[in-house]
Amino acid sequence: MLDRRHFLIAAGAMAALAPLARRAHAAPPIRVGEINSYSGGVTAFTFPYRHGWQLALDEINAAGGVLGRPIEVISRDDGGKPADAITAANELVTGERVTLLMGTFLSNVGLAVSDFARQKGVLFLAAEPLSDALIWEKGNRYTFRLRPSTSMQANMLADAAAKLAPQRWASIAPNYEYGRSAVAAFKAAMAARRGDLAWVEEQWPPLFKLDGGPTVQALLNAGPQAIFNATFAQDLSVFVREGEARGLFKDREVISLLTGEPEYLEPLGAEAPRGWLVTGYPWYAIDTPEHNAFLAAYRARVGDHPRLGSVVGYAAMKSVAAILARAGGTETERLIAAARGVGVDTPFGPIVYRPEDHQSTMGAFVGRTDVKDGKGIMVDWVYADGARFLPPAEEVRKLRPAE
Amino acid sequence: MSEPLAFVVVQFLAGLASASDLFLVASGLSIIFGVTRIVNFAHGSLYMLGAYLAWSAVRAFGTGPLGFWGGVAVAALAVMAFGILVEMTLLRRIYRAPELFQLLATFAVVLIVQDLVVLTWGPEDRLGPRAPGFDGSVTILGQRFPEYDLLLIALGLAVLVLLTLLFKRTRWGILVRAATDDREMVAALGVHQRWLFTSVFALGALLAGLGGALQVPRVPVHASMDLQVIVEAFVVVVVGGLGSVSGAYLAAVLIGVLNAFGIAIFPQISLVLAFLVMAFVLAVRPHGLLGRPQAGGRPAGAAAAPMLVPAGPRGRAAAALIVAVFAAMPLVVGDYSLAVLTEVLIFAIFAASLNLLLGPAGLISFGHAAYFGVGAYGAALMITRLGLPFAGAVAAGILAGVLAAAACAAVCLRLSGVYLAMLTLAFAQIVWSIAFQWYDVTGGDNGILGVWPPAWLSSASAFYGMTLAIAAIVFAGLRHLVFSPFGLALRGCRDHPVRAEAVGLSPQRLRFIAFTVAGGLAGLAGSLHAVFKGSVFPDTLAIPLSVEGLVMVLIGGINTLTGPVVGAAVYKLLHILLTSYADSWRLVMGCLIATVVVAFPEGIVGGVQRRLAGDVGSGRR
Repeated sequence: MLDRRHFLIAAGAMAALAPLARRAHAAPPIRVGEINSYSGGVTAFTFPYRHGWQLALDEINAAGGVLGRPIEVISRDDGGKPADAITAANELVTGERVTLLMGTFLSNVGLAVSDFARQKGVLFLAAEPLSDALIWEKGNRYTFRLRPSTSMQANMLADAAAKLAPQRWASIAPNYEYGRSAVAAFKAAMAARRGDLAWVEEQWPPLFKLDGGPTVQALLNAGPQAIFNATFAQDLSVFVREGEARGLFKDREVISLLTGEPEYLEPLGAEAPRGWLVTGYPWYAIDTPEHNAFLAAYRARVGDHPRLGSVVGYAAMKSVAAILARAGGTETERLIAAARGVGVDTPFGPIVYRPEDHQSTMGAFVGRTDVKDGKGIMVDWVYADGARFLPPAEEVRKLRPAE
Repeated sequence: MSEPLAFVVVQFLAGLASASDLFLVASGLSIIFGVTRIVNFAHGSLYMLGAYLAWSAVRAFGTGPLGFWGGVAVAALAVMAFGILVEMTLLRRIYRAPELFQLLATFAVVLIVQDLVVLTWGPEDRLGPRAPGFDGSVTILGQRFPEYDLLLIALGLAVLVLLTLLFKRTRWGILVRAATDDREMVAALGVHQRWLFTSVFALGALLAGLGGALQVPRVPVHASMDLQVIVEAFVVVVVGGLGSVSGAYLAAVLIGVLNAFGIAIFPQISLVLAFLVMAFVLAVRPHGLLGRPQAGGRPAGAAAAPMLVPAGPRGRAAAALIVAVFAAMPLVVGDYSLAVLTEVLIFAIFAASLNLLLGPAGLISFGHAAYFGVGAYGAALMITRLGLPFAGAVAAGILAGVLAAAACAAVCLRLSGVYLAMLTLAFAQIVWSIAFQWYDVTGGDNGILGVWPPAWLSSASAFYGMTLAIAAIVFAGLRHLVFSPFGLALRGCRDHPVRAEAVGLSPQRLRFIAFTVAGGLAGLAGSLHAVFKGSVFPDTLAIPLSVEGLVMVLIGGINTLTGPVVGAAVYKLLHILLTSYADSWRLVMGCLIATVVVAFPEGIVGGVQRRLAGDVGSGRR
């Protein structure tokens, strides 16, 4: 028989425990580990990227999260170093017990985290690294990639460049994975379209240490009719300024990877080159419902216009939510099965992560550069859908290691 | 295609323009080193500050001639003021500390300025305006050449002439030259050293700020300018001869012009050309082009080296207790903490190996990452290419470290002091560029992946236990070595090379052995690191890791055996914690290091030991 005293104790205990019980009913968040280079030389890209995924995260959680649970992101800085990225990944996976990993910018950091993901059996959504190796030669079943690769973007440019007259070409690219694979991919793409090209000069400045005068002079000395450029950030600014002062771009076609991205075009101001054929992101001129909605929401939250990194961060977080929703759970095997072929709505329109190589079909904008009101912009651009520039499944099977 | 002659002339001028700016930075560095003996790591930060301040000043003053040149002048003067502030608040307190210790203080300034710059100017590159009146180009032999580059060439020469006059014709300049040759003598003659040092530092900062400000019309201002210029400036200073302004000019021109032609012939060379030039020059002229052997120059540890005394029974008990605490860790903490501790132990081995050179051997190494990295690559290649088991791979890593250190020692040991240090740096950079460029073997900057430990080591506690066992053996072995006849002889050669030789010791042979032992241990740490991380990248050979090694040893205390272990633990734990939880972790870390510098000028362990010794009055110093 329950006497009054015991009853009161029991009731008091229940009252005290009630909030805890309610909290247990409100589902625990799904933890997502995020790693990127928030210090080091590439913050102009990664800061907008962070704004992008934070915006998407707010939207997802405001709409009730996924699987009835909110998403919680635990973010770490790799300082642009692969070894630090692995330390961070290890902390996130074994310490913070995250469900999956996303992020990274530099190609070598992305490859390192991808190998870590394979070893530890955790899904990794590579947001920004461009290296082809990430999904082909060194691809693995745990790694998916959002941005269009160097070879996709090189092929987009080659479609337009092959119609141009020049036969004598020169290249300039930073001396590391991205630059090397960009030049190789562009040469191969051009060779597939034109049999009459001659490459007369190549320059390989160390990343972020382009010695402008001598490099431009060496290119001039070779007398090319057209130049393929893969330098970016401060190297690009030096190249443009020194090239302009020495007349390098006069009467020459310049085909330039990434230069139309606001991250790299904006710092040049009124000195932005005119008439270069580039890939990039003309945020000021895209007029689609999905991009308009993104632009308005981003401006409202950040108080600035988006860069390409913003779109990448936003789409990466939306991809994570789509994978989780499709998987219906958080076990890695279910996530992989769900990620293969998952569709995601992005500011650039719907994309799909291809089952055969885990590459998304996100595209890029291809156009010419110009200067308007003292700012560099892209004109005459088209959106090149990534799906059109990826090899078919049987070719991919030859490129990827067997599982 | 252009005329060969026109190409040669224009390429030469382009190289000269790059050289002129490098000269401004390097001359300031050289003067500072010559007088104060400070290896001013923060000189690149002063240069970067100059560039950012000029960018802002020109925006504020307008881009007319007055606004532009006024902005450049204001920026250079502001950097000078900042330099004076750093000298008076930080460096002045530690001139009496062991010679290398000031490097730690300037490293703290580097970290602080890096974050302050990003907080103030944001992460974007800042492209400034072209210089008014010099924004066009002239035609030289049918080639267009920027007017501003011609102006830079003229300015470089003007600064060279002015500095030469300053040092030859003024009383201040004569005092500076005297202090460069023998600062004790100058002090003995009653010259107020404090103000001499401050004024020299101010002049150096002014030149660095001017060099940065003058770059605004050429390159975008960005937050990694500091580290880009500092290494090259050091190379120029050493090639020219420490303390020699005209030597710095000669060296800057040599490197700038060779680089300009190197780019045209073999573009990839620019990664490593400056270091090849340095290695060649120092092999022919051990004191640089115009340098002279330094009177009163002493090796690193000797300045205030206390006698190393083996710890008594109490010390041994304490060591055993510490090992027991570490061994019990897997029972107490989770996998992630074990991984952090594993990393700490690996870097403790690395720091201890470096300390063998810095402490008992009295040899400064700025390139210790070379042996760490070579060991890492050696082990990784054995596992991925030959399928060697773990133990074999680690043995290969040690062997690789020994061989690399032997090769470096064979070339470098003819030199001493900072020249020796810079030659080890050149060696490390050359090895780095090979690893970076040799895609077929090393994978270039993509590194070698898939070097994960075998199944029996794959759990966090197993790998931790193995690393702890290895580390304990290494530390015990090092202790034994330092107090063995070999270690005593080594210290003898450091403190009194002449007397050591007189009693029949062979300093070169002993130092060579110390070098290879240190290299082998660094290789061991590197191979453990490779397997621990599952991958190897050229980073493991690069300058930042060499500097981190020095920082760990100096934080802990250079003349102690436990110092490097404590230093590695403090630095690595802070680094991992701060990067996880603080946005401006460099700022916090920089301030902490600056505090340590001021509070413990002998490093943490050195400071604690002295205080303990003072308390019990044992006179251990």
